[in-house]
Formats: sequence, C-alpha cells, structure tokens
Amino acid sequence: MSFVKEIDYGTPASKAEKTVTLSVDGKQVTVPEGTSIMRAAMDAGIEIPKLCATDMLESFGSCRVCLVEIEGRGGTPASCTTPVAEGIEVHTRSDRLDAIRKGVMELYVSDHPSAWNEQRGTGASEFDHVAEQVGLTENRYGTDGRNHVEPGVAPGEGSLNIDYIARDESNPYFTYDASQCIVCSRCVRACEEVQGTFALTVEGRGFESRISAGMHEDDFLGSECVSCGACVQACPTDALREKTVLEQGMPDRSVVTTCAYCGVGCSFKAEMKGDDVVRMVPYKDGKANRGHSCVKGRFAWGYASHKDRILNPMVREKITDPWREVSWEEAFSHVAGEFKRLQEKYGRGSIGGITSSRCTNEETYLVQKLVRQGFGNNNVDTCARVCHSPTGYGLKTTLGTSAGTQDFDSVEHTDVVMVIGANPTDGHPVFASRLKKRLRQGAKLIVVDPRRIDLVRQAHVEASHHLPLKPGTNVAVLTALANVIVTEGLHDETFIRERCDWSEFEDYAAFLAEPQNSPEEVEKVSGVPAETIRQAARLYARGGNGAIYYGLGVTEHSQGSTTVMAIANLAMLTGNYGRPGVGVNPLRGQNNVQGACDMGSFPHELPGYRHMSDDATRDIFEKMWDVKLDAEPGLRIPNMLDAAVDGSFKGIYIQGEDILQSDPNTHHVAAGLEAMECVVVHDLFLNETANYAHVFLPGSTFLEKDGTFTNAERRINLVRKVMEPKNGLADWEVTQRLAQEMGLGWSYSHPSEIMNEIAATTPSFANVTYELLNSEGSVQWPCNDRAPKGTPVMHIGGFVRGKGKLIRTDYVATDEKSGPRFPLLLTTGRILSQYNVGAQTRRTDNVVWHHEDRLEIHPHDAEQRGVRDGDWVRIASRAGETTLRALITDRVAPGVVYTTFHHPDTQANVVTTDYSDWATNCPEYKVTAVQISPSNGPTDWQEEYEELTKKSRRIAGHMEAAE
Amino acid sequence: MSHDAETAMNTDQKLVYMANQIATFFKSMPEDEALAGVAKHINDFWDPRMRRRLRELIDAGGDGLLPLVLSASSDVRWPEPAN
Repeated sequence: MSFVKEIDYGTPASKAEKTVTLSVDGKQVTVPEGTSIMRAAMDAGIEIPKLCATDMLESFGSCRVCLVEIEGRGGTPASCTTPVAEGIEVHTRSDRLDAIRKGVMELYVSDHPSAWNEQRGTGASEFDHVAEQVGLTENRYGTDGRNHVEPGVAPGEGSLNIDYIARDESNPYFTYDASQCIVCSRCVRACEEVQGTFALTVEGRGFESRISAGMHEDDFLGSECVSCGACVQACPTDALREKTVLEQGMPDRSVVTTCAYCGVGCSFKAEMKGDDVVRMVPYKDGKANRGHSCVKGRFAWGYASHKDRILNPMVREKITDPWREVSWEEAFSHVAGEFKRLQEKYGRGSIGGITSSRCTNEETYLVQKLVRQGFGNNNVDTCARVCHSPTGYGLKTTLGTSAGTQDFDSVEHTDVVMVIGANPTDGHPVFASRLKKRLRQGAKLIVVDPRRIDLVRQAHVEASHHLPLKPGTNVAVLTALANVIVTEGLHDETFIRERCDWSEFEDYAAFLAEPQNSPEEVEKVSGVPAETIRQAARLYARGGNGAIYYGLGVTEHSQGSTTVMAIANLAMLTGNYGRPGVGVNPLRGQNNVQGACDMGSFPHELPGYRHMSDDATRDIFEKMWDVKLDAEPGLRIPNMLDAAVDGSFKGIYIQGEDILQSDPNTHHVAAGLEAMECVVVHDLFLNETANYAHVFLPGSTFLEKDGTFTNAERRINLVRKVMEPKNGLADWEVTQRLAQEMGLGWSYSHPSEIMNEIAATTPSFANVTYELLNSEGSVQWPCNDRAPKGTPVMHIGGFVRGKGKLIRTDYVATDEKSGPRFPLLLTTGRILSQYNVGAQTRRTDNVVWHHEDRLEIHPHDAEQRGVRDGDWVRIASRAGETTLRALITDRVAPGVVYTTFHHPDTQANVVTTDYSDWATNCPEYKVTAVQISPSNGPTDWQEEYEELTKKSRRIAGHMEAAE
Repeated sequence: MSHDAETAMNTDQKLVYMANQIATFFKSMPEDEALAGVAKHINDFWDPRMRRRLRELIDAGGDGLLPLVLSASSDVRWPEPAN
C-alpha cells in the first residue's frame, strides 16, 4: 500500500533567477533569491516545525513555532518570513529554540483540546505532528480553557464552558469545530489567496478570536463559501475537517488521478481505505490545478457508489416492457445480433455510435474504431457536437489546429483578459481562481456576456468593461471590436505581415471598415453602447498581453463557428499568439471534450483531425485494422435523429451521453429514438435516454479504470484505477467485448496498449506513452520528436497551418427571433454545484446548493407579467413548453431570461429549437424566443414524462424503479 | 403540448435551411471562393444520404435554395441515387 506524500515547503517558490547560497545546520543549500529560510531548509531536507505556514499561501508569521537562529544576528526570527541571504548560517535547533517552541506549543495546547469524542483527533492533524516534533510532554496550564468542552461530555449536555461554540455542521462535506482552532488564519488566507472568494474572516480578539464564514450570524452553508475545500486542506488542526475523515478515519493508501468533471482536468489524490474513497485531495503537482479544487471534484464523488447505479446488463424487447437483467454474454450477443440484423435489413449505414466526452481517450478511440472497423461506416459522433464543434471548425480553419493555444499557467503572464460567453466561476471554477488571482495582481478584465456573471463584479475583482450583448449578436460585437482596432490603427502590423497573408488582411480590413461593422451600428443590434465597444477594443489591443477565454456562449449559436473565427482573427490582428500570457482558449465543458475530438469521434475525421477523404490517413488505419474504410463522412447526431425519423437509421450504441436531456428540442430527440429498433445505452445510471433504450450496459466510473483524459489545455492526464469496477468491466472492456462479439479480433489487455495504437497512427500523439505520462505527470500534445515533452504554448514562430487565416465574419441575425408571441430571449448556462445534465451531481449532497433549475427574469419583465419571486412560471417557445420557478434578478437584462439545465424534471431542452451552427450543426442553445406566464405547476408534458420515466425504469424482480 | 407545426422543420426543409446557412457564410467572399467553399463544406460534412436528398431536391426545382447553393451544386460530389 502506498500513500502519496507531498512535501510542504512552507512558503511558495521564488521565481527569481538569481540564486543565493546559505548554510542550514551546516548544510550548504543554493536557492533562488527571495526564498524563505523555511523553504531553503526544506530544500536541504531539514523540516522546521510550523503551524501557520504552508506552501500554497504567502507567509504570515503568526504562530512563532518556526523560529531559527542566524549567526551574527540577534533574536530568533521566524523562518517563514525571513528571506535567505548570501552566506548566512542558519541554525534550526538549539536549546533556546527548543524551549521557545515547547513553550509556544504548550500555550496552544492549553486552549486546544482533543475533540470531545476523540483522543488524538483523526491523525490528519499537522498540529499533533508538530507537538511531537518539538517534544511537547507537559501542559502546565490545564485543559479547561474557556472555549473547551468538558472532556467526555457531548455538546449540548450541560457542561459547556463560557466561550464554547458548537460545531458548524451546516456544510454537507466538512465541519468547523471552533474549539480545535488555533486561529493561524490559514483557512482565511486560502479562501482569499487560493480560491479568491473572501468568505472567511477572523472575528473577535484574544481568546474570543474565531474563524467566521460570512457575517457573524452566518454558518458555512449560509455564507458566500463555495465549498472548494481550500480551507479544509489548509487547516493544520481538525477544526476544519472532511466529514468522511471524521467518520471513517484516515485513509491508508492514495493514488493520483484526474477529476472527471469539467475541462479544467484537476489532478487529485484519491485517498482510500480498502476499496472505499475517504476523500479526494487536490494534488499540488497537478499542472492544471496546482493544488486547488472545486466543490465538484473535491467532494461530489459519492455518485460512484450511489444506490441508483445499475450494475447488471439489461435487455428488453419493447421500450414499454420492464427491464430484464441478463448476463454480459447474453447482452453482447443480443446487441451484436440486432446490429447485424439491422444492417442486413436496412443497409450498412443504418447504425452508428456516440462516443462520450466523459470517458477516457482510449474508450473513445475504441468506440469510433468499432463504428469504422466493425459497422463499416462513419456514423460516429460525440457530445462535443452540441458544445465545442464550432471550436474545432473555427480554430482549424484559422490556425490549423482544433485546440486552445495555451496552458493554464499562461494566465499568470496575461495583462488583459477577455472572457466571452463563459462563466468561469461556475463552469470552470479552478481556472477562475487562477484568473482572479491574476486580476487581483492588476490584470484588466473585459466580459462579453448577456448576463452579469460573477466575474463582472465580486470581492476584489471588477471588470473594466462589461459588454451585455443581446443573445445572438456575438459576431456583430466581435467584428465591431476588430473594426475599432483596424480603423484606429491599433493592430500589430509587424505580426500580421510576418504571420498572416497581407492581402487577406487588406481584404479583411476593408470588410471591417464597412459601415455596418462600426460600433455605432452594432450598438443598434447588440444593445452594447458604442463607446463601451471602443474602450474595450482599445484596452484589448494596447493593454499588453491579451488573452481570450471563451465558452459555450460563443459556440452554441447559428453563427458559432463564425464567432470562433472572429475571436481567432481578433487575436491575430493584435499579435496575441505564440508566447505565454496571450492566445485563444476555449474553456471545455466536459473532462474529455478535447480528447473525444482528438480521438476521431467526429463522423468526418479520423484521430488527429484528418478528414476521411484523405487517402494517406485512411491507408494508415486500413493497414492497422485490416479493413476497407468508408471515405465518405458519416451522420452527425442531429442528422442521425433526422434519419431515424425518416426511417433510414435504426440502431445506435451510446456510450456515456444522455442525448434526451442534453440535446435540443427534446420532442424531436424522443421521436428519433423511438423510431429506432435497437438503442443501446452504456451508462452509470438509467438516464433519460435509457427511457427509449432496448439494451442497457452498465458503465464504470473514473475511479474504476485506467486511461487518460485530455483537458482544455491539450494536457493528457492519467486516470488511474483506484478500485475494481463495481459492474465488473471497465468501459473499454465493454466496447472490446462487443467488438469481439461482432467478429473483430481485438485483444487489448490494458488501456496503455490502446494508447500505443493511438501514438502509432496519430502524429500529434507520436511520443505519448504511459511511461512518459508516469514520469512527466502529464504532457500537452503535440508530443512527438519535435516536442518530446509536449507543447505548452502553440503557434510559436508560426501557425500550424502556415499563415494565419483572416476571414470575413459577416454578422447574420439568427432566424430564432423574438416577436409578439415570443417576446423574450432565453439563454442557458450552468451553476457551480451542478454538472451538465446533473446525473452525477444530483446524486450527491451538492443538491443543497441547487435542487431545482430556476428561471432568472428581470424585475421589469416579471412585473409586466405578474410574476413574483419563487412563483411557478410557464415558459413556452415555438418548440415546446415547460414550467419552473422564477428567480427575479437584474443579472439578466430586460428582454432576456436565463436558466440552467441540470434537472430532468425541468426539461429546459423541451423549449430549445432545431436551429444550429451553419458549419457544424452545433445547436443554438443560447438563443430561444420565449414567452413567460404565471403557472400553477408542472405542464402535462412534465407529468406524462415523469410517468414514462417511472415506467421505463422498472426492472423485473425489483420492487420499484431505480430512482 | 404546443409543438408548433408551422415552424417545426422536416428533414427536407432542414437540408434546404442548412445549405442556405452555409451559402450565407460564404457569400461575402469573391464568387469563385464562395462557390468552392459551399461545395467543399457540403462534400466534407454531409453524409451521402443527405447529399443524395439535396440532389433530389435540386432536381425537383430546388425550391427555397439560395442561388449560391444552386450554382455551387455542380462542384458537389453527388452519390449514386438510392436504389
């Protein structure tokens, strides 16, 4: 059993280039200038006892335990706040130091009892370790301090001391026990410096000093606390402690792995006891998260062992039948038989598959391989279709590669950040914390979003400009920004001449200068004041290193691909490519959206973004797979559904995606699924799509398999198996067994062999192996002979496609227009505590923060319709209607309403339409014309649907439906 | 249920709509680039049954299709008709 031990150096690393040599207890050590003595000592292998210091935080100097002596200097300075100097001789042990440390610790102990039902805490406490380190043996002051509970007496049983405060158990995941607190402020500083929320403070003085979340009357749950866990991680005592640790005790082994939630791709240590996860702790060496986490990755992993998980394969003849549990053998032979039957009856192209952005690269690769090699067609697509397919098309067209240009560390060098159609504090919280840290250091922020997202103004962060555009006008606003840059001569001519095609620039500049692209004209369609557009453009062009981060508010539009190209153009005009601090960075929704796209999940291309029609690429795979590949593009998800309704598409294998809930126009998705003869759902839970399935194959969680995820920075991170699959087979094994049943001779014994095949066929992955990932921790593709350890920043010295392409970006208004019947525009988004369709997070205690989707509506629009806060409202569009409760807020502009789509009973996608991006068919989720009216409660559809769900979840031999 | 019959598109209407969207993006470019762009986009991203159906719609008069789609159609790779 191994336990991953991370060294705490006590203070952050100095980035100085100049070095200094000193001696610590006689050992010579050379460190960068500005390093603390504490850190230098740790570099030399000497651990100085400490309580208020930790290397995730700036030094503070309050605990007086880390004192040292320096030859020739008086006193006993704190080693955490004293920087190194050339030639000094430091002593960390002496009789005087020992005596002082013991004295300090004895005072702490006198006001720091063991918790009321524990003798020595949980073993997680650094405090106990320090007490041992300094050799504390006595406590002459007694343990009946004013804030203690009497030993052995439970709180609330009558013998509390005057200042005793009961534990705060309000947060579902951790407790705060004031009597354990030594007021070192590590939690307060973690909340400020690492997370950037500023929810915690110290209130009172002396013995009355207490950590307080929010105002005095708040508890943790009621405060602004976002439950990221940074304070719990920082706490050196058991004052802030994970409830699972208190309940189960300390874990005895740990494994470094990668979070399966958003596209940030945080590294965690899964800390285990036997086959149970005790806690997930962010890993400091994780290059995406640098030791930080959010409430989802840190705490919301309980779904993995939720009772709703289906662990046996199931089959049914008709979707109205109850499910019948079967053996894996029967399930595979049934699916293979059905797929063969359908192809014989309806043709080779009548079946297809969907890969999952939640599964590993290796699993995704296998699903597209099954479709191409086994089904003999290219009908494979992925959920990226409905989120970032325009990023793929737009960045490939302009830059030559379908990926973000930077690593997350890059933000530390950014001077101006433009956030477009993304809400990082909710959708990508760990990146948001890193971004906010940079903003607090003085970088400027421009937010382009219809809604006043948290970043626009919150503690110690304020956007210089917020462009609250009308949904659907992204292209107009971005083109207007470019208009200002070019017409005011703010563009970087040297860069453009060197890196782009000058005649294309001239053409683009002429287009930009056309009157309809001026800020004044664009103000009329977008609602953004012309002057704000001008100022934002000037700041971005001339404010130093400019970096653009964008999300689904960019892609999920009729002009999604055009917007991505407009963004790429904007960065080209201003020379913002090819160095740290700049670039174009799509924030990816799911953990492996980038990877799913890289692995050839799209129907028109093989792994590495190579079109099916390319003979040389097909040849590589044809030789490797011993098969003739179809050179024609296959069907995309919406096309599959259309073809199903039309009768030419009959069977589908869906791995880890819930298209019924996540895809637009639910009625159309349902009609498509209903028209198919064999729908195979491979998932953890009986999701909404499974209501229409004939076969259910149980899936495995990220804790139960080996593989890799690729995050938004193109970083390939290892996912490591920490427990056996509860369903018996990892997802890659399920696909392999199905392929074998269909007659394919696959024989992978470990996902690393799949990665070897990917590397052998895909130039940008050429040097990727599990050995390399194990030794480097992670690498960013391209990783090949030209970049053996990967590529943190792309397009250095030149674009992948050669010259960067500047392309005309004509604004075309969407046909989804508001009018008399549907006067409001609905746009959708996410919230911090829930993830995507909620299948995972709804099955955790995260529901305490968000247990239903609400409709945000401006007070003006609400009053006109007689809607009060909390009222049920009916929301109707041209596609359908649903009901949910209203939340009245001026975060949305008049004329705009907003909701999340985390809960299936709301079915927000009943109202979204069939409109989609012109280039990729990515749905236009972000604009739907709607009308709102007061309502008594759920619609007939919602009630019927609930009934259908209950019915379709019946399992023969089980008492009731699974959910 | 208020599924709006007058605005819900069937597959044929969607194909026409999608082809027109593609043409609308390329129409601000010089004509030869626009024609090549439209045809390449359809060749690269539309599965054969979608292209076959578009061909049938064009042969039947091409109602609702933008002129640029019709002009570009000679460069589209048309699959064999369904049997």
